[in-house]
Amino acid sequence: MTRMVGIVLISHSRALAEGAAELARAMGVGKAVVEPAGGDPDGGLGTSLDRVERAVATANDGDGVLLLADIGSSVLTAKTFIEDAEDRDPTDAVEAVLADAPLVEGAVAAASMAATGADLTTVQAAAESARDLRKLGPA
Amino acid sequence: MNAADLAGWIRHAATLVSADAERLTRLDAAIGDGDHGLNLDRGFTAAVEAVDALPGDAPPSKVLIAAGRAIVSKTGGASGPLYGTALRRAGKAVADLPDVDAAALGAALTAALEGVQELGQAAEGDKTMVDALIPAVAAYEAALAGGADLTSCARAAADGAAQGAEATVPLQARKGRASYLGARSTGHMDPGASSTALILRALADVTVEG
Repeated sequence: MTRMVGIVLISHSRALAEGAAELARAMGVGKAVVEPAGGDPDGGLGTSLDRVERAVATANDGDGVLLLADIGSSVLTAKTFIEDAEDRDPTDAVEAVLADAPLVEGAVAAASMAATGADLTTVQAAAESARDLRKLGPA
Repeated sequence: MNAADLAGWIRHAATLVSADAERLTRLDAAIGDGDHGLNLDRGFTAAVEAVDALPGDAPPSKVLIAAGRAIVSKTGGASGPLYGTALRRAGKAVADLPDVDAAALGAALTAALEGVQELGQAAEGDKTMVDALIPAVAAYEAALAGGADLTSCARAAADGAAQGAEATVPLQARKGRASYLGARSTGHMDPGASSTALILRALADVTVEG
C-alpha cells in the first residue's frame, strides 16, 4: 500500500464539508483520503481548531496533508493550525499546507491528483490550478 | 504586571465583553454575521477557566498563552484565531519574565499586533480590529517614549483603541463578510475594533486597580 497525501476540507458548515468530501473522494476514485472538518465544536455553523486537528490526524499517513478552506475564519483556523504545528510535539508532527484554492473545485482537483500518489507540492499545485478555472470560458 | 495581574486582565476583559456582548452582536448584525458578542463571550469565559486552572506559580507568559489557546478553541468566527494569536504572541514576547514592566508590555502588544496582521492580512483602513490595535500600540509606544509609567501607557493604549474604533464608522470594509456589502458597510462601527477597545480598556482598568 503506497502512502498518499491526505486532504482536509475546512468549512463553516458541517454538511458542506461532508458533501465536498464525498464528491472529492469519488473523484479520487475512492483512493484519496479526504476528511471533512466542518462546523463549530457543537456542530453549528462556524469553524473549530479541534475539528481540524482531529481531521488532520485521521488524514495523515506520513506524506503530509493539504488543507482547503472556504471563507473567513476557515482560512484563519487553517493558518492557526499550521502555526501551531511549529510548537507541536515531534511525535505528532505533520506536514500541512493550506491551498490557495476554492473549496469544492480545489478538493476535486487535489483528490484526483492525490490518488495518483503524487507528493504534497504536486497535490497543492493541482488544487491551486482550480482557482483559475473559468466556468464560462475566457472573458 | 505579574502573572496574577495578567490573569486579572483576562477576568476583567471577560466581564466587559460579557456586559457588552449584546452591543457587539448588534454591531456585527449590521455588517457581519451577527455573532461577535456571543462568540467572544464564550471565548473569554473559556479563557478565564483556563487561567484559573493554571498552577499558582505559572509565569506571565503561561497566563497569556493559556488564555489565547482557550480563545482559539472556543470562540467561533474570525475573532477566535485573531485574538488567540494576539494573546499567544504576547505571551511568547514576554518569554520567561517574572514581571512585565512597561517596556515589556509594549513589546508584547507590538507582537500581538504583528501576529494579528500576519494572520488576517488586514491593513489600517480595512475596517477591522487592526484599526483599533494600530493606534493603541502607537499611543502606548509614544507614552512609553515620553517616560510614562505602565498605567499611563495602558490608558493611552485604551484611548487610542477607542478612537481607532470610532474612526471605523465611516470606513468601507475591505475584509470579511462586511466587504461583500461594499458601500453599505459604511456608517457602522466595526465590531472587532470595538471589542479590541474593550479589551484594552480592561487592561488600563486593571493596571489602575493593581
